[in-house]
Amino acid sequence: MTGHDVVFLLVALTTAGAGIMTVTSKNLVHAALFLALTLTGSAAVFLVLAADFVALAQLLVNVGAVAVLFLFGLMLTRAPIGREALDGQHRGLAIGVSGGLFVLLSVLIIGAFGGEGVREVTGPGVNEIGIALFAQWVLPFEVLSMLLLAALIGAIVLARRSPGESGTEAEPTHIELSGDPSTEAERRPELTAGGER
Amino acid sequence: MNVELTASLSPAVFVPAPSAFDLDVAFGITVAIKVAFILALFLVVPLVVGYMEHKAMGRLQHRRGPVAAGPFGTLQLVADGIKFIQKEDVIPAAADRKVFALAPGLALVPAILVFLVLPFGPGVWAVDLELGLFYALAISSVSVLGVMMGGWASANKFSLIGGLRAGAQLIAYELPLILAAIAVAVQAGTLSLVGIVEAQATFTLPGTDLNLWFVFPQILGFVIFFLASLAELSRPPFDMPIADSELVFGYMTEYTGIKFAMYLLTEYAGMVSMSALMVVLYLGGWQLLPGVGLPGCEGAGGMFDCGWLGAIGGVVITLAKILILTFIMVWARVAYPRLREDQLQRLSWLVLVPLSLINLAVIAIAKVVVF
Repeated sequence: MTGHDVVFLLVALTTAGAGIMTVTSKNLVHAALFLALTLTGSAAVFLVLAADFVALAQLLVNVGAVAVLFLFGLMLTRAPIGREALDGQHRGLAIGVSGGLFVLLSVLIIGAFGGEGVREVTGPGVNEIGIALFAQWVLPFEVLSMLLLAALIGAIVLARRSPGESGTEAEPTHIELSGDPSTEAERRPELTAGGER
Repeated sequence: MNVELTASLSPAVFVPAPSAFDLDVAFGITVAIKVAFILALFLVVPLVVGYMEHKAMGRLQHRRGPVAAGPFGTLQLVADGIKFIQKEDVIPAAADRKVFALAPGLALVPAILVFLVLPFGPGVWAVDLELGLFYALAISSVSVLGVMMGGWASANKFSLIGGLRAGAQLIAYELPLILAAIAVAVQAGTLSLVGIVEAQATFTLPGTDLNLWFVFPQILGFVIFFLASLAELSRPPFDMPIADSELVFGYMTEYTGIKFAMYLLTEYAGMVSMSALMVVLYLGGWQLLPGVGLPGCEGAGGMFDCGWLGAIGGVVITLAKILILTFIMVWARVAYPRLREDQLQRLSWLVLVPLSLINLAVIAIAKVVVF
């Protein structure tokens, strides 16, 4: 067991533990924070595999942006402070989907790389990645960008829906601070009942 | 065609420039020296910047600033630090204790890690990563999590709103910051911070021998980077997350003692590392003036392979540039009123992002056609 293996083992255990905590946490914000830890762990796995560009991209995009947006959304909409029992209505479905994905990926990965032995890895430099992306694989890259752009525009269109176009409009919430009428005139109608004084 | 293309574009293998701390002794000792170097920088330079802020703000507001602690008040921040350590560690009853305690640390650690790649002089850096610039930007984006955790865990609506504003602001300004930095990487042809300094030392105006820093072709990018880094650090006039007239002190409201000091240290260390990045990306690193090399240096443009004299001179020049940039940050704090939340978001999405995209496009075209 080399130092490499020890580091990988630590990273993998942390990541897996954080993943389990993400789905078992009773508190939404805690779950989101454990998700951030899981994503950091997956970045660290790439780092162990000498793919430092991918690792940093994971960190920048998944932790610095996605996890932050996640937390932002949670805090904006439902950030209970303290304990909150989560409703696990889709537990069976979730187990089915994640189990199925696990089996599928395991079969595929073992089928593709099962015969390979352990080797030293030296990741390609960022220059090579850049040239591969923009010279050899430029068409798939551009198609993917178009897909992302379409998703972006779609999200904006959905979010900017003007009232009455489609869907239902939510009732505006009336906030009543207390049972008392709020103005002097309403509270003491006898003062104004006689008209101008 | 394909073979020819890959042949002509075949990348040079990146060889990290050796650091002056790479000694011919045991690996562990070299690492220990580098860690000590980073921690010393991290603990000393922000203190100097903090003292400068006290004094400069005082003078700009017709006060004298700290005068009592030590000669000319120089030990004021040391006294403050001792005071912070002695204070009671108050945790609100409704707070999420673990997240509350973890948050300042999570904000602080990325601020330390950024110092790993910053070059301060010829040979004076811990590591020269191939992805140095990308590393610095990626690591510093993690600090937001600490701020948002602190805002949420405090169980205080002012803190929560402060954390929300911090999240929104940091996401909005990360984009122009990275786009401006990309333009520099395009012009330098490398992501290594040492490589960028070298590229500036050898960059000449096309057709002449005139050596130029990247700030001259990319003055727009420099301004964008400066504004975006002010906003990333939540420094005034972009201090909406801690707007004291409406939010008490934003996400830091409930923090006391050493945890509060950690948030403060994060901010000052951020000022130093962002200024150091600006010095490296735009202001020629440890070059005194464009085209002027250091004494005793032979490498590219008289900037590398130096003796001790050149190395010390380089560090002094870099630190002086960092102090000047942080002084401008303090000046902006005193001179301008705080931006309203909508103005702040508008400035980023409608002004800085389009401008930085234009800047990137212009530089990319110029890189192919002119430079």
